[in-house]
Amino acid sequence: MNFSKSFRNTFLVILLSLIVSACATKKTTTTVEGQMQGDVYTGTDTVKYLADGVPDRVFFATNESILTTKSRDTLRKQANWLRENSSINVMVEGHADERGTREYNLALGERRANAAKDYLITYGISADRISVISYGKERPVDSGSNPLSWSKNRRSVTVKAN
Amino acid sequence: MIRIINLFFIIFFLLSAKAYSLIEIDITRGNLDPLPIAVSPLFQDDSSKRNSINELKIENVGSEISLVVENNLKISGLFNPLSKEAFLQKPDIAHLKPRFEDWALIKAQALITGKVTIEDKKLKVEFRLWDILAGREMMALAFTTVPSNWRRVGHIISDKVYERLTGEKGYFDTRIIYVSEEGPKTARVKKLAIMDQDGFNTKYLTLGNELVLTPRFNPTSQMVTYLSYFKNLPRVYLLDIETGTQEVVGDFPGMTFAPRFSPDGKKIIMSFAKDGNSDIYTMDLENRIVERITNHPSIDTSPSYSPDNRFITFNSDRSGFQQIYVMKSDGSNVKRISFGKGLYGTPVWSPRGDLIAFTKLHKGKFYIGVMRTDGSGERLLTENYYQEAPSWSPNGRVLIFYRETKSNDKGEGFSAKLWSIDLTGYNERQVQTETDASDPSWSSLLSN
Repeated sequence: MNFSKSFRNTFLVILLSLIVSACATKKTTTTVEGQMQGDVYTGTDTVKYLADGVPDRVFFATNESILTTKSRDTLRKQANWLRENSSINVMVEGHADERGTREYNLALGERRANAAKDYLITYGISADRISVISYGKERPVDSGSNPLSWSKNRRSVTVKAN
Repeated sequence: MIRIINLFFIIFFLLSAKAYSLIEIDITRGNLDPLPIAVSPLFQDDSSKRNSINELKIENVGSEISLVVENNLKISGLFNPLSKEAFLQKPDIAHLKPRFEDWALIKAQALITGKVTIEDKKLKVEFRLWDILAGREMMALAFTTVPSNWRRVGHIISDKVYERLTGEKGYFDTRIIYVSEEGPKTARVKKLAIMDQDGFNTKYLTLGNELVLTPRFNPTSQMVTYLSYFKNLPRVYLLDIETGTQEVVGDFPGMTFAPRFSPDGKKIIMSFAKDGNSDIYTMDLENRIVERITNHPSIDTSPSYSPDNRFITFNSDRSGFQQIYVMKSDGSNVKRISFGKGLYGTPVWSPRGDLIAFTKLHKGKFYIGVMRTDGSGERLLTENYYQEAPSWSPNGRVLIFYRETKSNDKGEGFSAKLWSIDLTGYNERQVQTETDASDPSWSSLLSN
């Protein structure tokens, strides 16, 4: 009977550890899920506001310059704000994360800034009110070396130019 | 601004250049058995010693020059300089006629001896290279220069010895231009810096007021092209190191970046970004004519000419991801050459013409590698968390690049340093710099 008892104990230990590890896995997933979708940052840690309810930045997936649904929503808010404040010009800064070669990242940042600029133009903002600049990987906002930090750095930021 | 002083060297005697010798070094393979060499301190007489103190504030410049030589030979990985404490013969006597048995006893296979004199504000140096096994002189040279050039004398001696024993040009009398980095990751201050290949004589060429990136030498190493964010307009600039004059390259209505000189020095090749699309352009430095080389909706960047100016290798994501391409220098015949797993960037053509060095990113690791110009024979030399941007030594035997370390979640523990590795994949070592450093570019040989 000793055998079956120790067997049962082992079984319990395994079961318990499975439950614990399941909880742990679930917990990490939710934390990241709160701030990233795929590898696009969806949190608000680094976001500043051009005006009440008008976020200044949008985020991109690795190596991508495609605007997500949320990015397009943010840019429409920026376009509305720009329409209401017709004397304000902006500069769109394009940025990349640190996991790429410097020169390619400069080009990628330029591509991201232009994706944001083009969307603002589609929503009626005149091209001569929007300039772009790429900083490549030179101006990270988060200095960590992990997927969440990198996701915050893959961004375009609209800043007032006058 | 730094002034490159021309070094005049006079060859007094050149004996036994073709003499048969028993020692030679094969540098095409990894050298796990470096050649034991004795570098005797160069002899300096008492009157020169006084002049040396007056002119240079150095008591024994002969001994200092021998240390420069010793360090160069050591970092090449091909030589094993023996401890001076074991030397049995005095420098002046050894220079006249070494007792070969004594040097053989301490297992030296080659010996460098020499003599320096400082007179009338002139530094006169003669040196000899001896083959211990054959018991004969292999080379003897002498030159005269200004005393402040004493480190360069050490580099030139190193180049002569390297060339005599390997059959290929050396790379010691050269400089590295790079970007000096300071401050936190989110607000890095970057300056252009230049130093001797062994890390000495560092000079800063910009003040750090604006972001500067990717400096590269022209073939004579008198000019540098680089990217500056002066007035927040990222543009390619041209800097004359001797005069300090700077100018914008061309009149582009947007960002220009990733500049390099053509090997004949007549053009600058670079990327120009317009409406989010980067293509490759050249500008002729004589007549200022701008030519568009690629015309593709993808990113085309990091261009580098073949040494004969006939081809260009570059980085493009036209296949969907970063890959390496080769085309004729007029932009025709574009061919993809990288087909391995992962992303490829920063192709740079070897000065010997047969290889292209690159950065590869695969499964979260960065590699420096080389492949033949048709993409065959890919060989990865080093793997790390982050490293990129190789630049060739002028003899095509060594690559210098930069490496960044991983930071923790607070951004601590980050550093950027220069590293070098032999084409063989051996002899990986950190290159000393005063500050953190990135984007190194190797000059040509300064003295020939």
